[in-house]
Amino acid sequence: MALLEIRNLSVDFTTASGAFRAVDAVDVSVDKGEVLAIVGESGSGKSVSMLALMGLLPWTATITADVMEFEGRDLRALTPKARRKIVGKDIAMIFQEPMSSLNPCFTVGFQIKEALRLHMNMDRATRHKRAIELMDMVGIPAPESRLNTFPHQMSGGMNQRVMIAMSIACNPKLLIADEPTTALDVTIQAQILDLLTGLQRDTGMGLILITHDMGVVAENAERVSVQYAGQKVEDQPVYDLFARPHHPYTAALLAALPERATSKLLPTIPGVVPGQFDRPKGCLFSPRCAYADDRCRSTPPIPCGSELGLARCHYPLNATEEVKA
Amino acid sequence: MLKYLASRLLTFVPTFIGVTLISFAFIRMLPGDPITVMAGERGVSPERYQELMVQLGFDQPVYVQYFEYLKGIVQGDLGMSFVTKKPVWDEFFALFPATLELSLCAMIFAVGLGLPAGVIAAVNRGKFFDRALMSTALVGYSMPIFWWALLLIIVVSGWLGLTPVSGRISLMFYFPDTTGFMLIDSLLSGQKGAFSSALSHLILPTIVLGTIPLAVIARQTRSAMLEVLSEDYIRTARAKGLSPYGINGIHALRNALIPVITVIGLSVGTLLAGAILTETIFSWPGIGKWMVDSIFRRDYPVVQGGLLLIAVMVMIVNLTVDMLYGFINPKIRKR
Repeated sequence: MALLEIRNLSVDFTTASGAFRAVDAVDVSVDKGEVLAIVGESGSGKSVSMLALMGLLPWTATITADVMEFEGRDLRALTPKARRKIVGKDIAMIFQEPMSSLNPCFTVGFQIKEALRLHMNMDRATRHKRAIELMDMVGIPAPESRLNTFPHQMSGGMNQRVMIAMSIACNPKLLIADEPTTALDVTIQAQILDLLTGLQRDTGMGLILITHDMGVVAENAERVSVQYAGQKVEDQPVYDLFARPHHPYTAALLAALPERATSKLLPTIPGVVPGQFDRPKGCLFSPRCAYADDRCRSTPPIPCGSELGLARCHYPLNATEEVKA
Repeated sequence: MLKYLASRLLTFVPTFIGVTLISFAFIRMLPGDPITVMAGERGVSPERYQELMVQLGFDQPVYVQYFEYLKGIVQGDLGMSFVTKKPVWDEFFALFPATLELSLCAMIFAVGLGLPAGVIAAVNRGKFFDRALMSTALVGYSMPIFWWALLLIIVVSGWLGLTPVSGRISLMFYFPDTTGFMLIDSLLSGQKGAFSSALSHLILPTIVLGTIPLAVIARQTRSAMLEVLSEDYIRTARAKGLSPYGINGIHALRNALIPVITVIGLSVGTLLAGAILTETIFSWPGIGKWMVDSIFRRDYPVVQGGLLLIAVMVMIVNLTVDMLYGFINPKIRKR
């Protein structure tokens, strides 16, 4: 049994100009101890699908799914109160902007201890000890004195460490990291990622890493799910994905990596992710795809089999002759 | 912190001088003078008028009178009332507890109802409660105080007979004013029914005086909460699995309090201004009524001194509010 199993998840937002589908029929599954990376451009619905899982979307969002199970428990059937017992304890999430994700009015110690008080039933002294231990674990120097500092008195990197300490406080079984390094310096980025993967190895929790950085994916993930315009377009183990991408979008993303560039000019994907009003009729990637033909432009493709990385494409790349036939 | 306090106190000096200047000038701009008013319909002979002018110091040039007045203030002397011949200072402190009691009750009424109402409205944005509350608040804010007071008196006191019409306590009770606060004194007196009588006299003036601050606080709380609720750290709080109370009442409200506290501080000024009208309507023996009476009597020292003391009161409240900012939001704490 998978730790997390989501099938056919869709999220619609009611906006002043009509409904907008931000996530479209996405499947996500994570096993115990697995590191899954979700990649895609801005606006591809990576964060929204995870926020939907956490129940953190505003009321304008309508969430539908065939299956949404965590450890075999149907999350959709739970009362808000029962769901709050899981969210924050067994499933934890860290966000993109550490500076604005911590409450400026409370000390970091209070904010870490709050999670412990809520879920762990610890007394005051134990909470204090555990908070120091957690801050030590995430590599904050002099944790005892740092407990009483406010978020604005620390750097972005330190704040992200606090966020991580807060999220792992209750020994979660699944940690969702939503672009945890985007707002940080390059040197700090590597440290934070090392910390996250290290913690993942030590505790054996599942980790979902949302990112748009292929380098981060290559170094940290075991399996990769590529999303485009709200749809999952490909899902493969990391090694296979880099070796044989099946969806033209994945191939284009990989080709755009500076490390892989062969010519002097870096290859790019022309155009932008379709928005609310310019959604194509057929394949969503067809306006930007180098291989698209009339069939792509008129008929939306359905995902291929797992031997082709579930690629949502009429003409998957790198298909061996047998599969093609 | 102390340095900050000292620098803030220093800015009081120009404000203080400004207030003396304005109150001194304004009361003299009103037509008529104290002597004519005191003489009443009988009138006064020109010789006696001159004599009184010299006696009260009005024969001096205005700037000399002003500096005499300032000299007195620096020495802590606000002058004597022309009418009662008692020091302004004594009269003020005899009447001030009544105003303070009423203002405090109005403030508790406004904050106690306005803060939760604003929070609930923000959380239920766009729903029935929100719309109902915000339109009610707008009505409350735009309603003239005197009209609202008369309306309440007619309905609650007149038709329903639930509360007394005026005064601080029923005439059946008499006890020494130990603290000047009727609620406390009536309890201390131990007389049966005294406390409930004092309380019932307070209800209507409190509602009337507290209505405008209540509306302002509710609206301000709502808009501040709405802004805070879309912040990233609220998402973090929800991701922790906090209850709605923990999210809205602790994480969000603490951040939303800054603009609300500012409004509360400013409302104190409005409250004291509103007290003048409210006290007159309900015959509440406080400084508001005292000031109005003194203006009609052209009792210069009382008007000047009263205005000055009220201004100082407002300045102190706003300084306190500024100091509170740092406690609520550590980001703007001074060192």
